[in-house]
Amino acid sequence: MAQITLKNLAHSYVPNPKSEADFALKQMDHVWQDGGAYALLGSSGCGKTTLLNIISGLVRPSQGRVLFGDRDVTDAETAARNIAQVFQFPVVYDTMTVRDNLAFPLRNRGMDAGYIAARVQDIARMIGMEEALHRKAKGLTADAKQKISLGRGMVREDVNAILFDEPLTVIDPHMKWELRTQLKQLHHQFGHTMIYVTHDQTEALTFADKVVVMYDGRVVQMGTPEELFETPAHTFVGYFIGSPGMNFFDADVTGTRARLGDAVVDLGAAYGPQTGRVQIGIRPEHAELTAGEGLPLQIQRVEDVGRHRLLRGTIAAGEINIVLPEGTGIGADLTHVRLRPEKINLYSDDWRVTPEGRAV
Amino acid sequence: MDKTQNNKAWFLVLPVLVLVAFSAVLPLMTVVNYAFNDTFGNNRFFWAGLEWFEQMVTSSRMHDALGRQILFSAIILAIEVPLGIFIALNMPKRGFWASFCLVVMALPLLIPFNVVGTIWQIFGRVDIGLLGRVLNDLGIAYNYTNNPFDAWATVIVMDVWHWTSLVALLCYAGLNSIPQAYYQAARIDQASRWAVFRYIELPKMKGVLLIAVLLRFMDSFMIYTEPFVVTGGGPGNSTTFLSIDLVKMAIGQFDLGPAAAFSLMYFLVILLVSWVFYTVMTNLDREEQK
Repeated sequence: MAQITLKNLAHSYVPNPKSEADFALKQMDHVWQDGGAYALLGSSGCGKTTLLNIISGLVRPSQGRVLFGDRDVTDAETAARNIAQVFQFPVVYDTMTVRDNLAFPLRNRGMDAGYIAARVQDIARMIGMEEALHRKAKGLTADAKQKISLGRGMVREDVNAILFDEPLTVIDPHMKWELRTQLKQLHHQFGHTMIYVTHDQTEALTFADKVVVMYDGRVVQMGTPEELFETPAHTFVGYFIGSPGMNFFDADVTGTRARLGDAVVDLGAAYGPQTGRVQIGIRPEHAELTAGEGLPLQIQRVEDVGRHRLLRGTIAAGEINIVLPEGTGIGADLTHVRLRPEKINLYSDDWRVTPEGRAV
Repeated sequence: MDKTQNNKAWFLVLPVLVLVAFSAVLPLMTVVNYAFNDTFGNNRFFWAGLEWFEQMVTSSRMHDALGRQILFSAIILAIEVPLGIFIALNMPKRGFWASFCLVVMALPLLIPFNVVGTIWQIFGRVDIGLLGRVLNDLGIAYNYTNNPFDAWATVIVMDVWHWTSLVALLCYAGLNSIPQAYYQAARIDQASRWAVFRYIELPKMKGVLLIAVLLRFMDSFMIYTEPFVVTGGGPGNSTTFLSIDLVKMAIGQFDLGPAAAFSLMYFLVILLVSWVFYTVMTNLDREEQK
């Protein structure tokens, strides 16, 4: 087990990258703590899998170094890194039985037979396949095969890290939840560093202590689920996390006030002069309907999404989504919306601006 | 059930039936006719029963030819299959050199059999052949026309040259259908090169390998043209394989009765072996679907 450090790392699939656009992964410096449970979140094609393959050694980065602890493993073979990885689609060794599949990584390391048998039994119990141990892997269903892949990923106890590349794509929904819980349990039990790639925010937020959001080849934010929710570092994080995503409005900002067209909004913090495209962002959860305070609102429609209702409307600056807590009525007098000042974030050219001071 | 009966459709298959009758059934029946009868010319036949078959089954000449034939098929399978796999494993997977290799590998397969024979016949000649002359100049007494071992070596190397490509190309196709994820998973699982071959590549090649073995067995068991052109079955009878012997018997000595009985048994042997192969293959498929 080791802390994983990425130093000046960047990767391009083009032999001689000229501009930044040629890079699938833009230059980054990150430290992944030993024993952390990370979720790597981002839309398809943002470089998640590339980053994972660089850590496991399947891809050699075009520049920068990868360190496990103090050891530079940039040029080390995958096998020498002692790392486990589970792929999006099941990979099983067809001619082997389920038992042999699970034992394969241990046998390759020359572990003794007694230990292997016990360990395989443990893992089989964990993935719920004790009955199928003697069966050939070939005829199994896709989700059974994926459980074997997961089991093979977890069977070695001494790995430096376990990487999951959207491993639950082919698994049934109820089994998904169960396996995720087990992964989490496993993490508590053994304390492996785990990196879990997904584009499903629920999966990411329930699995991980820290969520890493990637966008366009960059890590835009690395933080706890709460940080991602309250203070998204980039507008993409705002859009991507939360359902629906954050509301953004173009604004002119002076000190503690933002001007949205004709209206003025209190920001709850003071900001210096801004350049570039300036926007304020507010979560739908942090906007509330009022009888007169705040900005005039036109309601388009209200959707019931189960635990709460979702109001879609327009204010002068553009469209806005508002989450209405359960049980609140929408009276005819509620014609305005108030944005809670302490929950407003400010963005300049898509990146969050840190306030200079809290407003009194 | 009122099912419309319309037998007119049979007329549509009539042309094929006629064609098959003339090209396969009638010639085969002629052979069957010869196998059970004796004739002294003038198209007059006398019933001979199983006499020709008994004669052939007990003939040491046929036993020797069959022995040589089995030995030949066994040797070329033992060389071509592992060699084909080895070549397929080492061929480039993509880019210019992949296409280049494919074209070069396919070339021997495109050459007519008697041309292959002629090429090697000349190549191996002691007086003018590149191979024969060079070997003799190096002090190796090589002469396929009077040394049985040299004759066998020439015929086998020729067949390997001609047909290994087929095995290699089939295996190459099998290997290329393996998703990259399997190799990645094997690297993650710290599998050795041998384990990758044994547990990933070989199982995925199993289907095409069986086809390759079947094709090579059938072809080599029926081989005629190439050894006939190179050695003519000699020296002595040392490279007289079944079909060469058959032709000698049928149109050399004009022993049509024994030759017909011989060819029927020959046909049945090939049919039997192919059937066994086919059964094994379909059973494997069924097992895989379980």
